[in-house]
Amino acid sequence: MSLLTVQSITKHFGDFTAVDGLSLTLPAGRLTAVIGPNGAGKTTLINLVTGAVAPDSGAVYLKGEAITRLAVHHRIRKGLSRSFQIMNIFARLTVLQNILLPVLARRGRTAQAFHRWGRETEAIAESRAILREIGLVEVENTPAGVLSHGDQRLLELGIAIAPGPELCFLDEPSSGLTSVERSTVLALVRKISVERRTTFVIVEHDMDAVFALADWIVVLDRGRLLAEGPPAQIRENRAVREVYLGEETA
Amino acid sequence: MSGRLSPRAAAALAVLVLALAMLPWLAGRYPVYLVMHILILAVFSLGFNLLFGYTGLLSFGQAGFFAVGAYACGKILLFVPNLLLGLAGGVATAGVAALVLGILSVRHTRIYFSMLTLAFGMMIYSVAWKWRDVTGGDDGLVGIPRAPLEIPGLFSIGVSAIEGYYYVVLALALVAIVAMHRLVHSPLGLTLQAIRDSETRAEFAGVPVRKYRLVAFTIAGLYAGLAGALLSPLENTVTPPVAHWSTSAEPVLATLLGGIHSFAGPIVGAVLFFVIRDVIVRFTEYWLLVYGVIVVALVMGFPEGVMSMFKKRRTDRGQTPGV
Repeated sequence: MSLLTVQSITKHFGDFTAVDGLSLTLPAGRLTAVIGPNGAGKTTLINLVTGAVAPDSGAVYLKGEAITRLAVHHRIRKGLSRSFQIMNIFARLTVLQNILLPVLARRGRTAQAFHRWGRETEAIAESRAILREIGLVEVENTPAGVLSHGDQRLLELGIAIAPGPELCFLDEPSSGLTSVERSTVLALVRKISVERRTTFVIVEHDMDAVFALADWIVVLDRGRLLAEGPPAQIRENRAVREVYLGEETA
Repeated sequence: MSGRLSPRAAAALAVLVLALAMLPWLAGRYPVYLVMHILILAVFSLGFNLLFGYTGLLSFGQAGFFAVGAYACGKILLFVPNLLLGLAGGVATAGVAALVLGILSVRHTRIYFSMLTLAFGMMIYSVAWKWRDVTGGDDGLVGIPRAPLEIPGLFSIGVSAIEGYYYVVLALALVAIVAMHRLVHSPLGLTLQAIRDSETRAEFAGVPVRKYRLVAFTIAGLYAGLAGALLSPLENTVTPPVAHWSTSAEPVLATLLGGIHSFAGPIVGAVLFFVIRDVIVRFTEYWLLVYGVIVVALVMGFPEGVMSMFKKRRTDRGQTPGV
């Protein structure tokens, strides 16, 4: 059974068709990159699957279960997660608290009102383990808003994996990073995907990084599926080269 | 950030509580009366700040729940002279009102939420004016007794003298402050602060954001209800202006004066609110004008509230500021 099935999904914003009858199937364990020019529908696809926007038509299935009408937090509990194109962290909370919140939510502990959060020792230990994975444990008591941009990107990755997702969408996880930082983040994604057995779907504009990292590439154009396949096959695809890659792979 | 007090702060707090407990022996009736008003505003403002400072929702309608608490308590005491019943009834009625109006309000955020709460608050104000059979209309409810604190068959404590009633207000305000301190440093408090920082990120962290906003709104309503319920036996009367939007502005102002990002901010703000007003009114009949100038100067001088001054000192000494 596939991990995610997107069936003939369509989304209009006024006269603009962002996603147009798109169908996709993602198996577990494969690191997939979604590419396409601006306006191709990459972020809208993530929004539709994760529940940030509702589709006009079509359906989304996670492990065979229809999740099209589920609220976002229910989808997260069923094993979905995501990061955002524009930085989205809890700026006034500490680095540890940023990770602790999704861990507490997964454990069903967010409604506890009569003891200090510091007494949630198991959740804190789990959060620290995630901080060690992403290399931020040294700054766990720093307010997240004062971290460098690179560290905030790492933190966002940590928040995305903290709910323990089976399928995690990363929307431009290396946006605004230097080439060194970008390599660090993307190598970390690969490492986490292996160690945690998390299936990642990445939207990324750096083509070198995409072709080096991904097992499978999905190419969108004007809300439709243009092509999909392993990187070598996509690199040779004439339609993709014409529409998107152009000189980059020539 | 864990919410534990330093030994120095704990000692200072113990001295303060002791001083408050001895106040009726040390000072006259007016300071006791003034401190009761400060405590009531502190409770009101703490509830407001759970919504504003901790959850990121600015309500302009908290006076509605303050009034519901005051009227319900007053009405109960006029029929059944039992202070426990009156206070519990006032708090519970305000909580139910907050829950019902909260279901409608927390669907929205930012200015839409603020305007909706203002509208609901003013609706309650209109009801207080017009539903004469229940609220007494513009006359309000008069002759509300400071009934004894009693559980029939177990105990009965007379609190009709202002000094006696002071201890009821002090005890309940302390319980409310401790409960709120516990709440904001709990997993629930952390969740509300996360919603304040980014509701989208919180939702995608697995938090049902709307449900938690409703929880914060209802708790804020309970605190407003407690403050209102404590006021009516103190004044022996309740009139419609307690529901007016200008009453809603009091916790807003107190919280801004003290600081929205500090737990003690609303309490310190409540002290400043009454003390500044009480001092100025002795010197000039244009006290409101002078009061306005001082408040503007304080807000401009301390954009994050007076408590930010202490926060800065602690940061300068290398300590992590508390929530």
